[in-house]
Amino acid sequence: MRRTRGLSLAAALLVGSLTLAACAEDSSNTDPDEPGGGAAPTSEVSDVRVGLAFDVGGEGDKSFNDSAVAGLELAIEEFGITEQRVSPNDDGSNRAELLSQLAEQGFNPVIAVGFAYDEVIATVAADFPDTTFAQVDGSNAVFDGTSKGPNHTGLLFAEEQGSFLAGVAAALKSQTGTIGFVGGVEIGLIQKFEAGYVAGATAVNPDIVVDVQYISPAGDFSGFGDPARGKILAQGMYDGGADIVYHAAGGSGLGVFQAASESGTLAIGVDSDQYETIGDPALQEVIMTSMLKRVDVAVSEFISAFIDGTVEGGTDIIYDLSVDGVGLSTSGGQIDDIQADIDGFKQQIIDGEITVPTTP
Amino acid sequence: MNVVRRVGLALLAPAIALVVAAIISAFVILAIGEDPLVALRELVNFGDNSASQMQAVAVILNRAIPLFLAGLAVSIGFRMGLFNIGVEGQYRLATIMAAWVGTAVVLPRPVQLLLIIVVAMAVGAIWAGIAGILKVTRGVSEVISTIMLNFIAIGLASYLLTGPFRGTPEGSLTVATEDLPESGRLPGLNGVMASLGLAEPRSELYGFLIPAIVVGVLVAILVKRTRFGFDLKASGLNPTAATASGVNARAMVVKAMLLSGALAGLIGLPDLVGDTYHYGTEFTSGLGFLGIAVALLGRNNPLGIAFGALLFGFLDRAALSLQFAGIPSQVVTIIQGTIVLAVVIANEVARRIAIRQAERTGANLPTARPAAGEQQATVVQ
Repeated sequence: MRRTRGLSLAAALLVGSLTLAACAEDSSNTDPDEPGGGAAPTSEVSDVRVGLAFDVGGEGDKSFNDSAVAGLELAIEEFGITEQRVSPNDDGSNRAELLSQLAEQGFNPVIAVGFAYDEVIATVAADFPDTTFAQVDGSNAVFDGTSKGPNHTGLLFAEEQGSFLAGVAAALKSQTGTIGFVGGVEIGLIQKFEAGYVAGATAVNPDIVVDVQYISPAGDFSGFGDPARGKILAQGMYDGGADIVYHAAGGSGLGVFQAASESGTLAIGVDSDQYETIGDPALQEVIMTSMLKRVDVAVSEFISAFIDGTVEGGTDIIYDLSVDGVGLSTSGGQIDDIQADIDGFKQQIIDGEITVPTTP
Repeated sequence: MNVVRRVGLALLAPAIALVVAAIISAFVILAIGEDPLVALRELVNFGDNSASQMQAVAVILNRAIPLFLAGLAVSIGFRMGLFNIGVEGQYRLATIMAAWVGTAVVLPRPVQLLLIIVVAMAVGAIWAGIAGILKVTRGVSEVISTIMLNFIAIGLASYLLTGPFRGTPEGSLTVATEDLPESGRLPGLNGVMASLGLAEPRSELYGFLIPAIVVGVLVAILVKRTRFGFDLKASGLNPTAATASGVNARAMVVKAMLLSGALAGLIGLPDLVGDTYHYGTEFTSGLGFLGIAVALLGRNNPLGIAFGALLFGFLDRAALSLQFAGIPSQVVTIIQGTIVLAVVIANEVARRIAIRQAERTGANLPTARPAAGEQQATVVQ
């Protein structure tokens, strides 16, 4: 009796799995090779298919990666392109495969978001010479003197210049003479933010104390997605007398805003206009300004250049203060009173009178 | 008859678990408004030409090799009732040390590769051995000490990477050690595949597949056919009885941790000698934790672990195809988690059924008792 039941169960399972397999067979026969599930063109129809590759934990960070999405959506509206967004798996081990598959399936241009693609994009670009690649935050030049290829364009930002202005704003607004900086991960890219911020603050007030902390060391990328630790670090700075903290910590920045909100102090957001994206009125109050990194502009301009056929390749496009590629947001109006001072520093940087350091 | 039945039960349990996990996952996919059949199609769709099919196979295998080694490392601890959560830190530290030694000297290729492997295993073993020694001398739970050692290892690896072992100039965004010289690189297996008449995949199939298989066989022999393996299992199942029968339980703890750590040291090598040639900020992390899941899936049996690693590799490959079909890749993580849970539960149920049947027939308790890790796993889950 017992055995019969076991058998019939096994049989039922077998039949079930066969049916499932058959279904799979059917569906793959009926709609072969449907193109990637992109958004439908809204205005004019273009046959350009853009592949956008995020980095780990990318889409939905309300900051850097979502800024790239905004640029993509702008391009969709404007040109009616088709798009495919993909993210690597949690440990990022399939980044190369991801870019290759985008290229293989005919997506062109392929835009990689983040310096983490540095390791793989040169090889993939060489494998697919007919595909145009762009990389946000990744230079075309490799440190050993080679290039990532003639079909690769680096979309770079002068984060240190924008951060300089953030430092100026913080120093002008600080009552206590102590300000803070919370970095996500202690890597070269984030140190650019720190260097600019400290330089800007010292330019206004040479005696200012800048408390600099990083959430995680190089090699451990948890610092970009850990609001709890962001909050602890920022809380420590506020307790220690800082009244404005600037964060360059991706998703961990939320914790910095929470700490500011609880201690009645201020914070500076990063990458996107976080006053607009934070979506919580209590936290909105504490966001004095945000250091904008116009990834959206870079992405939509690159797609536009690709459609016009004017992508040069084998070079970098640098978004700095002179083209408003970086800057400070004014939403909330908290820095309106010091706007003239900020603009003064901005002009000095553009004119080359101030050279902002890129390393602390 | 009894043997057939027992083997059948042992295989039936994971099979049912997989089906249950598939059904649960299907409901999850339905719940997020997607079609489970499309997901299934993407899971098994390897492309329509032999090159892309072989590419899919290479991607799965390249992912499965480190997972297999990670599963083996964890399983050695499990077999003796030790929960080595520190595999993560052990392989990260081992990989950076191996990468550094590999660039510091240039020897003939076989010697150089052997040196890299030995260094990696030694560093992994030493790091795990700390937890073993703490346990036998001070009674520190290896669960706590290995977790703590993970933080130290990752911090230490980060310090070494950005400090003395740094191979990239200041100011570059990603930091890595110097690339291994040609003699420290293990060629891929694409040439072998071509000579077998198979299409060559786009990516290189890791040459480390062969050492991994050898290690798997050696571990299987060690745990199943040697006195050491018996002592390991005996100490795990009943430490008191094992001690009474002459097994030095304290020495076994240290030995098990050393072996587990040595295997953990290998995890980063397939990538290191086969693909990246350096350890850097972008080096694949998290494999040690995935190894725990793979060991659970494989019931601490090397063959089972190989299957579990392949299953994870198979699901992982689909993470991309799913996105192209408009289904979020997180579905894969959900499926993996569901499978691990279902398998653990099914194994426990199967064990109880086996015990009850044995009791009913008046026979002795079944000899095929589950390994220690599963009992612990139910606690962990």
